[in-house]
Amino acid sequence: MPVLEQPSDVLRQFCHGDLDAFEALFHRHQSEVYGWIVRDPTAAEDLTVETFWRIYRAHARFDPTRSFGVWARRIAANAALDHLKATRLETDLPDDLPTPPLPDPGISEEIRRKTARAFCRLPPMLKVAATLALIEEQPYKEISEALGISTGAVKVRVFRALRFLRKELQRQGIEP
Amino acid sequence: MNEHDQERIKQLLKNSLPPISGRMHAELRRDLWPALLKRLEAAPAAVPWFDWALLAAVAACLAFFPGAIPVLLYHL
Repeated sequence: MPVLEQPSDVLRQFCHGDLDAFEALFHRHQSEVYGWIVRDPTAAEDLTVETFWRIYRAHARFDPTRSFGVWARRIAANAALDHLKATRLETDLPDDLPTPPLPDPGISEEIRRKTARAFCRLPPMLKVAATLALIEEQPYKEISEALGISTGAVKVRVFRALRFLRKELQRQGIEP
Repeated sequence: MNEHDQERIKQLLKNSLPPISGRMHAELRRDLWPALLKRLEAAPAAVPWFDWALLAAVAACLAFFPGAIPVLLYHL
């Protein structure tokens, strides 16, 4: 994900609570935050608003010499984690799974559905790490910055997610 | 779990839940700024209860021990 650096005066104005500067930052970063972790469009919109609301509330704590993008993604990751924890029991599989641009002909619709179901069952902390590392293929360093943990801890979460998924798939009769 | 298993699960995941990075602009259905403004106006930042408690404790201290006011001002 590209990190868009801001002119420092916009960041400084944002630190002082300037709404115009915040709007400029919002329009530059909203598409980065939208749908970053949560895929459901309505939830992704709500989370984008929630993330930027948290960002504005914390404007005084932002260090303008640091990257706004990294800071925003960290807040977005926390907001997504809160959302996943809150909706864990309610989340169900969507009726129509998104089709990849180049689908593998060896993977049937049923296997795709079972894999998605297994993924839905991941605990929130593992799901966030797995989404960013395995699906979005973000570098471990960026994930660690977004989640506020070490790269080693990210690797552990990804490994635990993979182990969980293998067990879930086996339980559903799929041998990875 | 060996590397082959890991790669296979990764492949299954990418086929079941394709990545969304790169097609964000197409998916963002509307400008969310008006919704954010509404949220900012609706919910002014609430002061946490412990901040009020701390303020009350400091006020009580100053009321009972006025001699502490210069000390407090010095430390501020």
